[in-house]
Amino acid sequence: MITVEHLTKYYGDFMAVNDLSFEIGEGHVYGFLGPNGAGKSTTMNIMTGCLSATEGHVRVNGYDIFEEAKQAKRAIGYLPEQPPLYMNETPAEYLRFVGEAKGLKGCELKRQIEEVAGQTKIEHVMDRLISTLSKGYRQRVGIAQALLGNPKVIILDEPTVGLDPIQIIKIRDLIRQLGENHTVILSSHILSEVQAICEKVLIISGGKLVAFDEPQNLEKLLLASNGISFMAEASEEEVKEILNGIGRVTEWEIKCRKIRLPWRLSRWNRRMKGTSAGSSFLPLLIRRKRF
Amino acid sequence: MIAVLKHELSGYFHSLTAYIFSAFLLAFVGIGALIYNIQSAVANFEYVLGYVCLGLVVIIPILTMRIIAEERKQKTDQLLYSLPIRTFQIVMGKYIALLAVFLVPLCIVALYPLIFAQFGEVYLPTSYGSLFAFFMMGAAMIAVGMFISSLTENQGFAAGIAIPVILLNYYSVTLAEYVSATASGSAAAIVVIAVLLGCIIRHLTKNENLAYGISFVVILAVLAVYLAERSKLEGLLPNIMRKLSLFERFYTFVNGVFDLTAIVYYITVIIFFLFLCVQSLEKRRYN
Repeated sequence: MITVEHLTKYYGDFMAVNDLSFEIGEGHVYGFLGPNGAGKSTTMNIMTGCLSATEGHVRVNGYDIFEEAKQAKRAIGYLPEQPPLYMNETPAEYLRFVGEAKGLKGCELKRQIEEVAGQTKIEHVMDRLISTLSKGYRQRVGIAQALLGNPKVIILDEPTVGLDPIQIIKIRDLIRQLGENHTVILSSHILSEVQAICEKVLIISGGKLVAFDEPQNLEKLLLASNGISFMAEASEEEVKEILNGIGRVTEWEIKCRKIRLPWRLSRWNRRMKGTSAGSSFLPLLIRRKRF
Repeated sequence: MIAVLKHELSGYFHSLTAYIFSAFLLAFVGIGALIYNIQSAVANFEYVLGYVCLGLVVIIPILTMRIIAEERKQKTDQLLYSLPIRTFQIVMGKYIALLAVFLVPLCIVALYPLIFAQFGEVYLPTSYGSLFAFFMMGAAMIAVGMFISSLTENQGFAAGIAIPVILLNYYSVTLAEYVSATASGSAAAIVVIAVLLGCIIRHLTKNENLAYGISFVVILAVLAVYLAERSKLEGLLPNIMRKLSLFERFYTFVNGVFDLTAIVYYITVIIFFLFLCVQSLEKRRYN
């Protein structure tokens, strides 16, 4: 559905996106995860044709976003970080403009506006000025705008930022519903949010793609990547020998010290091993390679 | 394009801008007609337009200041970029909407010569020829104002730049009398313009080599002409200033000559500034 090839973007001398490549299939909810300033918004802006890339290509539905912009943009509905709303208009006027600009006409335009208003539950505010709406409703109008024209891909940049918890849940439900018929890509810097709604997650850091997998697998990966520190009652050589036999251990550190065990533990230790308290214990730190 | 056009028109007529613009234009024309046609009993309506055209210096920037600057301020330009319409269509849609807003009061003004004709002899061809030229001149100024609006996200700033630019254009003929007409004066002025041009290019493109290159080539060319044929540079600067004036060409119409070259000039100015406007919007994607 969307192919991103070797995408690079410089702002002056600052590299925001660094040789990013990935492919997004049809009909799932994808999550863009990364800390602030990781290049999420920049990548999304490039994918939707709002920004040019310094290098690389983006293909949407087989059309290049820069060369065949019109066809590519028809397949995309985009909600930027700040919903692009005209404050002195009503949602009805606003959606009519966006619909017309997307090439909808007459009955079809009317039908689609009613449909997206129903989906985003904004029917009862359609005739109020956007400037008088709350942030949650503005966000919904922004999403409604992205849904017009029935695009195959819907790209939402941090759709739940600044909303109250109930609205966050509602917007998440809406995104889940959209994921049934569309490919939805959303960005966030909150891991739990992405875990809750996304079927696949792209993690971006420093403008680079560092992981692309299902949340469950990522979770395993994340859990396994933690350092484990433990104590062993053995000599340094013995520990090295055992560790060399175990795969996937990328780094270890052996600190040899004598530890005075707390009373309870030392008694347990004596009983189990039959050794005296105060023998040599080795705390170990084992790490899997971090990403 | 039609969607942008409809959207802009509804935006202008839902807010006060279009009405204030029309009211001011009609008030200026009304006062002009009162002074020339009624008080002085002159039967030439074109003189009224000649008198009113100074008013355009103020009211055109007020009309054009928000057209693109506001999109930037509200971040709605991102919406326009992501919609399946080309930048050229966005600019054309907005420009035609502005022309329509400008045309509405002019349609009312177009009735005045007919009304005056009821009470005496009015030579209609020159009246309507001037009215057409007045519209074309306004259209050229709207293109300039729109380009200036695309440079900034501050509406006040857009108007604050557009008014002096158009005012300078208005006075350029008068100023041409005072600038140096000698060859060395013209050469110096062109060198200064070349340096300024280089600075602007450097600021816009962040490409120092290109900026220095262009400035250097222009300066070199001027020096070469200066050394080879001094006489060609004589009076060049005042001539350029006279030629650039939008208003001077309009006065030919007021004097009763339908000057096609002026119309071509206005159209050239419109195309040039709309092109710059498209480039200015495109540049935002490449920053």
